[in-house]
Amino acid sequence: MRLKLFVPLFVLLLSFCVFTACNQQKSDEQSHPAAPSGPPAAPIDPVTVASASGTVHFDGVAPATVPIDMSNDPACKGDNKAETLVVKDGKLANVFVYVKDGLGNRVFAAAANAMTIDQTGCRYQPHVAGLLVGQKLEIKNDDPTEHNVHAIGVQNTQWNESQMPKAVPIEKSFDHPEIMLPIKCNQHPWMKMYVNVVANPFYAVTGPDGKFEINGLPPGDYTIAFVQEKLGEQDQKITLGAKDKKTLDISFKEQ
Amino acid sequence: MDSSVVAARGRKPSFEELALKSLSTPYNAAHHRFAVFIACITFCLLVAGALVTSNDAGLSVPDWPTSFGSLYKLPHWVGGVRYEHSHRMVAEFVGFLTIILAVWTWRADKRRWMKWLGVAALGTVITQGVLGGLTVLFYLPPAISSAHAAVGQTFFCIACAIALFTGHEWVEEVPQTAVDTQRPTLITLTLLSILILYVQLVLGAMFRHHGMSWWPHVADAPIVAILLTWTAIRAMTQYSKIEAVRRPAILMLGLLITQLCLGFLAFTTRVAWGKDAVQPETAMIASTVAHVAVGALLLAATVILAIQVWRHVPVAHTKKVAGTEPKAVVAA
Repeated sequence: MRLKLFVPLFVLLLSFCVFTACNQQKSDEQSHPAAPSGPPAAPIDPVTVASASGTVHFDGVAPATVPIDMSNDPACKGDNKAETLVVKDGKLANVFVYVKDGLGNRVFAAAANAMTIDQTGCRYQPHVAGLLVGQKLEIKNDDPTEHNVHAIGVQNTQWNESQMPKAVPIEKSFDHPEIMLPIKCNQHPWMKMYVNVVANPFYAVTGPDGKFEINGLPPGDYTIAFVQEKLGEQDQKITLGAKDKKTLDISFKEQ
Repeated sequence: MDSSVVAARGRKPSFEELALKSLSTPYNAAHHRFAVFIACITFCLLVAGALVTSNDAGLSVPDWPTSFGSLYKLPHWVGGVRYEHSHRMVAEFVGFLTIILAVWTWRADKRRWMKWLGVAALGTVITQGVLGGLTVLFYLPPAISSAHAAVGQTFFCIACAIALFTGHEWVEEVPQTAVDTQRPTLITLTLLSILILYVQLVLGAMFRHHGMSWWPHVADAPIVAILLTWTAIRAMTQYSKIEAVRRPAILMLGLLITQLCLGFLAFTTRVAWGKDAVQPETAMIASTVAHVAVGALLLAATVILAIQVWRHVPVAHTKKVAGTEPKAVVAA
């Protein structure tokens, strides 16, 4: 191959690699999911509301607990076990469960109360949280050391603020739905939690027993989504009649 | 090129050659040692920067150009702040040294192109500082972070080049030469080597800053290996008697082999073993920082080789005059 051809051919190859392999971040200018159209949904009648509850299981051998090294800050004296995959007696904790579809074009106002996250023992409490679009998020620092709170939104604007011990809580809100929005601390790289911003108040986070419960759902056909930070998402369809109380169990397994 | 006249291999320089050579610039040992010092400190800065990324500490100091609201107060050095703030302090020191170098070079060096190289070094380090600030202000966008990596290594190459150009060998000695009649020429190979290394640098930086998958950087590695090996072997075998060419070629080949091994190690610890790591682990940090550092040395060695090849291995072109046989003519 003549060398004069080599450079332009190589540049073409490189451009192809960049085009196909680049992991473009979505910007806020990209389209957000449009509000569902169609005739207005009927208001929710509290007399007929139903509920869905259940347990999220983990199939297979529970993974060994991963220890965290907190030695880079002597003030960090928290529980030093990773929360990426928390399995106890076959039950999976920290799974975000929410109504993905089925509520029609109902619009729900942001909750008046704030969702509070606390930084204690150099960990975020809770590890997974849900809040409504526009709802206030309050972040406290009860640790004896400084943190920086970095929200890495894709659909929402990124922000990064430092917070001194016992400082005034940081108050933020998110304008767009986004599932598993990471919040991390760059001073303590093991510190990470996930905020799930949703458009409706029908969501839950499984506890150590793997259980969840979603109340107040109007009768209808729903898609319930179960999202775990490492194991991904699974969806289940459910039909709820008036005053139904249905159980919905699901299992995740390590990929 | 300096006003030094090209001398044939092994011949004692003539009076005219010596006279012309003395018009370049006198050797300034202090200036040269200062340039070497800056190159060394810049390497330390590259390592400090790599530690920031490998420890995921890039945004531990959330503001710029201040640090936690202050231009001069030292923050509490725990966690990621240790890496990020120390990187900023070393960067400020390098910037300060570069100002001194640019002024000193402008005043002391008689070579016009060297004066402007000093200015270029200053411009590069200022650009690098601004890029570093932008990475903080825009939350580590992959493109800007990768540019910061590339410009940082470019500045390191400039610093090494200035150290070379102020050295005793470059300033005082008449260069030993050998005409290059092969195709592709050695200078072409060295320039292509620099190009492919920059491509590899950008692909690696884009992966490290989460803007791209790992496979383009890995796929490009064999191309880098083949081209650099070809260049090094050509330089070492054809021009083994020219020390100024042979030494950087050997260094380049050694660094290439080291870098390929470190690349394998970095991939294993970071991509294979570390994909589910909850925090940066020692093996991941050590291998990736070493890979970045040796990559910088490799690029600098290749640039130095290219400079030396340009000086010592002029290219022969065939010149045909009507009615005569073609003859080799050395490029000016």
